[in-house]
Amino acid sequence: MAINLDVVESPVSAVEFVRGESKAALTPSQLVWRRFRRHRMAVFGGIGAVLLLIFIIGGSIIFPESRANETDLVRRLAPPSSIHFFGTDSVGRDVFFRIIYGGQISLFIGVLAVLMSISLGTVIGGAAAYYGGWVDTILMRFTEAMLAIPSLFLLIVLAKFIGRNIGQVTIMGRTFSGSIGIVILVIGLTSWMYLARIVRANVLSLKELDYISASKALGSSDARIFFSHLVPNTLGAIIVSATLGLAGAILTEAYVSFLGLGVQQPTSTWGNMMQQAQSFLIRGAWWMWVFPSLFIIFIILCINLLGDGLRDAFDPRSSRHL
Amino acid sequence: MERFYTMWSYLVRRLLQAIFILFIITMLCFILTRLSSDPMAQYANKQGITAADREAIRKKLGLDRPMPVQYVRWLGLALQGDLGNSFFSKQPVLLMIKQRLPLTLILMGTAEIVIIIVSLALGLVAAIKQYSFTDNLITSISFIGFSMPIFFIALGCIMLFAVKFKQWGLPYLPTGADIWNPKDPVELIRHLILPVFCLVAIQTAGYSRFLRSSILEVLGLDYVRTARAKGLTERVTLYKHALRNAILPFITIIGLDIPFLLGGALVTESVFTWPGMGRLFWEYAQRGDYPVVLGVLLLTSSGVVFFTIIVDLLYTVVDPRIRLG
Repeated sequence: MAINLDVVESPVSAVEFVRGESKAALTPSQLVWRRFRRHRMAVFGGIGAVLLLIFIIGGSIIFPESRANETDLVRRLAPPSSIHFFGTDSVGRDVFFRIIYGGQISLFIGVLAVLMSISLGTVIGGAAAYYGGWVDTILMRFTEAMLAIPSLFLLIVLAKFIGRNIGQVTIMGRTFSGSIGIVILVIGLTSWMYLARIVRANVLSLKELDYISASKALGSSDARIFFSHLVPNTLGAIIVSATLGLAGAILTEAYVSFLGLGVQQPTSTWGNMMQQAQSFLIRGAWWMWVFPSLFIIFIILCINLLGDGLRDAFDPRSSRHL
Repeated sequence: MERFYTMWSYLVRRLLQAIFILFIITMLCFILTRLSSDPMAQYANKQGITAADREAIRKKLGLDRPMPVQYVRWLGLALQGDLGNSFFSKQPVLLMIKQRLPLTLILMGTAEIVIIIVSLALGLVAAIKQYSFTDNLITSISFIGFSMPIFFIALGCIMLFAVKFKQWGLPYLPTGADIWNPKDPVELIRHLILPVFCLVAIQTAGYSRFLRSSILEVLGLDYVRTARAKGLTERVTLYKHALRNAILPFITIIGLDIPFLLGGALVTESVFTWPGMGRLFWEYAQRGDYPVVLGVLLLTSSGVVFFTIIVDLLYTVVDPRIRLG
């Protein structure tokens, strides 16, 4: 008696099945990709983000970093021209090149901060759900405590706490301001809480399933069960939260810079370029302010659209694609 | 009767949890703020203050005691309603908060009301006309608003409506940098327009997107199909059947966001020099004046913690399917 279980269990919705859209059973990742593709705004966001990435990486390969830090006091506050596409800043540095190199640092901060926050969120949320009992109580109360403090207040208090004057760091022949590390730490430590709660909820329902008991019976260690069974099954939530978190982290970097707690000069980021430009805005140097702002808004917009599309793609229950 | 007992045991458990959470918050904030800056720094370079004087001030402020003792003393006084005095302005922290709180509530309350109205309208329209031009337009604009740092739109508004309009001889709005009297209603409204506009522009997106997707979710349910099949008009189906259920989660997120209004809007208040709680926090955090910083933190976070419990309780009243767990 061979019953073809594939037909019954293939993850194809009835609508797709009836319409004859699906010829063969699709793997979960194919399904995700398929739902994602239909989301036009998300595809636009993805393309925009890739183009911007090409601009930043390509730009830093073609133009040396020295051009971003070259000061020319004769040409200070020059409006956009064919020599300086985006004009120059208050000490005559070229805004176009600073945007390329500032973008690198902004994205670098964003990516590392997100890596930190998803690791923290996954481990804390996962441990709370997996061990339960007092571990759960303490970790979750701590998470709730962090969530009850308005995020900007928490950010400032933490930035003041870690923010000492760190000198410059030289990595691979390039000199960076040490404050980059502080900014990453501050953003990473204040943004893991939502993911921790999502991961906890997911793991709580997953750990009751039979395959976890089976794995335990086979003698797997806690770490193995956690990282090779539980984490992959919450990967959708983690990816979505990492994407939206990246947009959040780049935005937060701008806020931290605005408050003067950000990356110190001469290392540029989009956030500190905006902050520096503020006092010159009233004197008419709009280019110093407009260009970094547009880049920040554009990258965050693209990443948010991408994240929104991914959320829909990973969560088939959302009814937007009926 | 059984329901009554469940409710009380639930309430007691939640309150105990809340106290535990507030204990963690105060300890965390105390350690972070107390260790991050030296309140004595302001006396360091002052003329006419000797080392002996400094030592005396230190003793008087209780800064010579060990850190845990300082924390317990601060907490003990805070529980009795005494948040201490600001090191810098020498005023009681509670008084400073009392002066700032009404203005923050005016700003944030007005903004929140406008945000709710606008996002209700936008979310509804976007959901009804899903994937139409209007929906795409609303979605695009709200995503752009959502992706902007608030100081970008705030500075842009100041440049346009205050600086440029003045130059062009048009009726202009104040930048906030002038000295004004908050008791005069006309001036108050003039000063409210720009910050409220900026807050609305940034925050409407989240709410309207949320409402849109919850309406769409409800519209896909069977009981809505039944209502349509009965031959009810689209209007009745939407407003009498779908919206009532779709709006529940919307009310919940608004409820959970309301206590955060106490903290004000730090950046907006700073840009428009609005004398609210956010700016109070920022001004004194920069000076390392920890009694003020801790006072503001304690007030806002206790607001959040207790309000969450109230919202959860109310939710069981509004939606009887939800059981207290």
